[in-house]
Amino acid sequence: MEWFVAKVFAKYNYWVFIILMMIGLYGIIAKNNLIKKIIGLNIFQTAIFLYFISLGAVKGGTAPIVSEEMIQKGYVYVNPLPHVLILTAIVVSVATTAVALSLVIRMHHEYGSIEESDIIEKSKDQGMT
Amino acid sequence: MIYFVEHFPVLVVVISILSAITILIAGWIHRKTAWFISMATLLGQFIASLFILRHVLTVGTIRYRLGGWVPPWGIEYVMDALNAYILVILLFLALVCVIYSKKNIEHELPQKVVSFYTVYQLLITGLCGITVTGDIFNMYVFIEITSLSAYTLIASRGKIALKASFTYLVLGSIGACFFLLGIGFLYAVTGSLNMHDLSILLPPFYKNRVVMAGFAFIIVGLSIKMALFPLHTWLPDAHAFAPAEISAMLSGIIIEVSSYAFIRVAFSVFTVHFLKLLPIFDILCWVAGVAIIAGSVLAITQVNLKRMLAYSSVANMGYIMLAVGLSTSVMEAPWNGLTPALMHILNHALMKGCLFLAAGAFIYKADLWLIKDFRGLGKRMPYTSAAFVLAAISMIGVPPSVGFVSKLYIILAAIEAKKIIFVAVLLLSSLLNLVYFWRVIETMYMKRAEGGDPSHSTLISKDEAPFWMLAPILTLASLCIVMGVLWLAKIPMPILDQVNSLFGLSKMP
Repeated sequence: MEWFVAKVFAKYNYWVFIILMMIGLYGIIAKNNLIKKIIGLNIFQTAIFLYFISLGAVKGGTAPIVSEEMIQKGYVYVNPLPHVLILTAIVVSVATTAVALSLVIRMHHEYGSIEESDIIEKSKDQGMT
Repeated sequence: MIYFVEHFPVLVVVISILSAITILIAGWIHRKTAWFISMATLLGQFIASLFILRHVLTVGTIRYRLGGWVPPWGIEYVMDALNAYILVILLFLALVCVIYSKKNIEHELPQKVVSFYTVYQLLITGLCGITVTGDIFNMYVFIEITSLSAYTLIASRGKIALKASFTYLVLGSIGACFFLLGIGFLYAVTGSLNMHDLSILLPPFYKNRVVMAGFAFIIVGLSIKMALFPLHTWLPDAHAFAPAEISAMLSGIIIEVSSYAFIRVAFSVFTVHFLKLLPIFDILCWVAGVAIIAGSVLAITQVNLKRMLAYSSVANMGYIMLAVGLSTSVMEAPWNGLTPALMHILNHALMKGCLFLAAGAFIYKADLWLIKDFRGLGKRMPYTSAAFVLAAISMIGVPPSVGFVSKLYIILAAIEAKKIIFVAVLLLSSLLNLVYFWRVIETMYMKRAEGGDPSHSTLISKDEAPFWMLAPILTLASLCIVMGVLWLAKIPMPILDQVNSLFGLSKMP
C-alpha cells in the first residue's frame, strides 16, 4: 500500500497527464465525427501543456517576481520558463484548431456531412483514388 | 571582427515573414504584384543563403544571438556546414517552384492568388526557421508554422484535398505534440533548451530512462512529419491533391527538412556516443529497408501519377533514413558518415521536384491525372515529357544521374558496414523503380493515341506548357545530370566532409 501511494499519489500530476493524453488519443482514433476528433486532439495537446506546467511548480512557491527582500525572507519561486513555453504552444494549438475547424466547414459545404465515413464514401464517387 | 554576413541567418527568416505581410497588403491593391514580391524575396533569400554557405566554409560557424541575449537564456541561431547546405537546397527549390507557379496558380486557383503567395511565404519562413535555429523549442514552433501553412496550401484546391489536408493535420499535430513532449522530458532532466547547451549537459544522463523516453518521443514525432513508413499514411493523398508546386515542395523539401531536424537532434543534441549506446540506428536501418520496399511496391499499384510519385517519396525517405542509420558505423571516405544521406537529400529534391512539376504541367495543359490517359503525350508535350523521362531514369539510377550516385554511395556504405542485406534491398528497389517508371514512359511514348491507327498519331499537334512552367522543369531535369557529374567529380564534397568532422563521423580528428 505504501509503495502504491508513493508511486501513484506522490506523482499524481504525471498520471493525470498520461490518462488525459490517452483519452485524447482515443478520441482521435475512435470517433467518426470530425469535430469530435478535433476535441480529442485538443485534449491530447492540453495533456502535454499540463505536463509542462506541472514541471515548473515548486511546493509553496510564489510568483516569480524576484526581489532581495523576498529572498531574504526565504520565499521560493516557481519556474516561469515552462509557463512561457506553454503560452507559445497554446497559441500554436489554437491556430491548429482554427485551421482544422475551417477545413471541417469547407468539407461540410462540399459533402454535406461531418462524419468521416460519409465523406470517404462520397469522395470515392469523385474517383482519383 | 563582425562580418555583415553574420546577420543573414536572422534576415532570411525576417525578410520572409515581412514579405508575407507585404504581399497581403500589396496584393489587396493590385493582385499581380503578389508573384513579383514573392519571387524577389526568394531570390534575395537564395543569394543570402549562398553567402552564408561561403562564409561558413571559409570562416566558420555563425552564431547569432537574438536580441543580444546570451545563450542558453536567449534564443540562438547557429549556421554550420549542415544547415547552410540544407538552406541553399531549400531556397533553390522554393525559388524554382515560385517561378513555376506564375502560370499554374492563375490557372488552378484564380481567386486565391494573393492568399496563396502569402501562405507560401509563411511556409518558407517556417522552413528557414527550422533550418537556422539552434534552440530546440524554437524548432518546434517553426515546425508548427511550416505544418500549418502546408495544411492550408494542400487544402487550397478544395474537394478531396480537404480530406487529405485534415488527415495530415491530425497526424501532423500528433507528431508535433510527441516532439514537444520529448523536449519536455529533456527539459525536465537538464533545464535547458539550447541545443549546444543540451549536448554539454546531457552526457551524464545518457542512461537515464527519461532521456531515452524523450529521444524515443522525438524520433516518433519527427518520423510522422517525414512520413517514414509505417507512419506515412497522410502522405499519398496530401501529395496527390495539392497544387503541383506544393506537391514538389512537400516531397522535395518539407519532409526532408523534417529529416534534417531528425539529423540535427540526433547528432547535435544527442551525440554519436549516445547513438552507439542503444541499437537505435540498427532498428532505423530495418525500418528504412521496409520503407524502401513497401513504398516501391505500393507505387506500382497506383493508377494516379501523382499518387505514384508520392509513394515513391515514401521509398526515398527510406533511402535517406537508411543512409542516416548506416552513418555511425561507416568511417571510410568518401562515403563516410552522413555523406550519402545529405547527398540524397539534395538529389531527391531535384528529381522529385522535376517529376512533380512535370506532372503538374500535364494537368495544366490536358487535365491528365491517370497514367493510362498519357497516350501520345511524348509527341504532344515533347519537352515536358523529355524532362520527365530524364528525372525518371535518374530515379531508376542510370549513370551518371544523381540517383545513380546516391544509390552507389549508399550501397558502398552498406558494404562497409557489413549489412549486405541492404545492398539487396537497394538493388531490388531499383528494379521496382524501373517497373513503375517504365509503365509511365511506355504509355507516353510507345502506346498510340486514341484512335489506334499509326498514321493518326503523327497528327497530334504540339501543345507545350508555357515558358514560365517549362523553364523550371527543364532546369531541374538538366540539374539531375549536371549534379550527378559534379558529385562524381567530388566537387561539393568539402561541405559534407565538414559536416562529418563536425559530428565526429570521419576518421581524422
